[in-house]
Amino acid sequence: MPVLSHVGRVALLAVFAVPATLVPLQAVVAAAPAKVQKVAIDNFAFAPQVIVVAPGTTVIWTNADEDPHTVTATDKSFHSAAMDTNESYSFTFARPGEYAYFCSLHPHMTGKVIVKG
Amino acid sequence: MGHDHDHAHERHLNRRSLLTRCAGWAGTAAVYSVAGGVVSSVSLDAALAAGKPAARTKPFTFVQISDTHIGFDKAANPNVHATAVQAVERIKAMPVKPDLILHTGDITHLSKDDQFDDARQILSGLDVPVFYVPGEHDFLDEGQGKTFLSHYGRGTHGLGWYSFDHDGVHFVALNNVAALKPGGMAHLGDDQIAWLKQDLAGLSSSAPIVVFAHIPLWTVYEAWGWGTDDADQALALLRRFGSVTVLNGHIHQVLHKVEGNVSFHSARSTAYPQPAPGAAPSPGPLTVPTEQLPSMLGIRTANFVRGNGAIALIDANFA
Repeated sequence: MPVLSHVGRVALLAVFAVPATLVPLQAVVAAAPAKVQKVAIDNFAFAPQVIVVAPGTTVIWTNADEDPHTVTATDKSFHSAAMDTNESYSFTFARPGEYAYFCSLHPHMTGKVIVKG
Repeated sequence: MGHDHDHAHERHLNRRSLLTRCAGWAGTAAVYSVAGGVVSSVSLDAALAAGKPAARTKPFTFVQISDTHIGFDKAANPNVHATAVQAVERIKAMPVKPDLILHTGDITHLSKDDQFDDARQILSGLDVPVFYVPGEHDFLDEGQGKTFLSHYGRGTHGLGWYSFDHDGVHFVALNNVAALKPGGMAHLGDDQIAWLKQDLAGLSSSAPIVVFAHIPLWTVYEAWGWGTDDADQALALLRRFGSVTVLNGHIHQVLHKVEGNVSFHSARSTAYPQPAPGAAPSPGPLTVPTEQLPSMLGIRTANFVRGNGAIALIDANFA
């Protein structure tokens, strides 16, 4: 979230600070609707465990535990590196579907992202 | 049976008079463990049933250390390097030099090369061969174990499993932290179980067996993944043996279970404690008052007394 909103702000500032010809308006429009959903990793659990998001949503997982965790798709379509304390991983879900994932280090930790159009 | 690994290590063994060590154990009647200061019988039946020692078995001592978690720096123990060094100092101070060390995994916290190097540096001070199995913390690099295998995989099979014999005892090192499945516990996999079957096939049922792996091979607490989902297949291959000792780490506390001729023992970490099964919302590192920490860290000494049934385990903390 912080990263994305930062990008948006920079883009908007650029629009106001310089002649519009240098920054196509479309670029600003494209950045603005970016949807972000956060998932916490806390006490060896994904919270919320199941989320429902619109296509194009970027999900950001952040590990609050002292133990490292991963976000690994059950079908291996996406996976993070091991996240140490306070590290994050993000993935943008372009297409509708149900995406089950787990922590490959602690496989009893499972979660799901449901992308609905 | 692939014993390349074992021969490589055997060459480095600093053998001494076994008779001297034997004398220290003459007359020892009970097999016992000390956990938290309480002495309890672990497998007395097995000891009594041991009978006449096989001629080829000789008494010796080995040590199990576990979960050094080199690289961890959080509140539960900001200096895991120092506590790993403390383990080495304890081993050096033992009255009988151990023939070998088993490290039951989570050598490092984050599978980084410098963490593996630091661990190796610390343990090299012992001048005793160290046999490793990986923990899940040693298999979390992008290569899913490549870093571990580059350090410790030479001469092993598959993803790092192997066996070796030492003075009549057959040691089996298993990897149950690779390719874990969602919702489940630890996993050995068909390839490793097929290898195990082949490895054990030629052995007499009177051969004492020591199996070591990171995650428990018995279900300690399923909700936290503290068990191995296909352990039964491995145990089925082990049941014909008169004495099977299964050593693991992972749960950072001493627990025992006996099932017929098979005894299971989890060990303390040298880094930080974890809660008793179900005693906390999660199995994460347990932060205790600084003065209490040494009593919750430790190493395990195993004395292979004689014959085919008697391994005396002594769990000692750092307090």
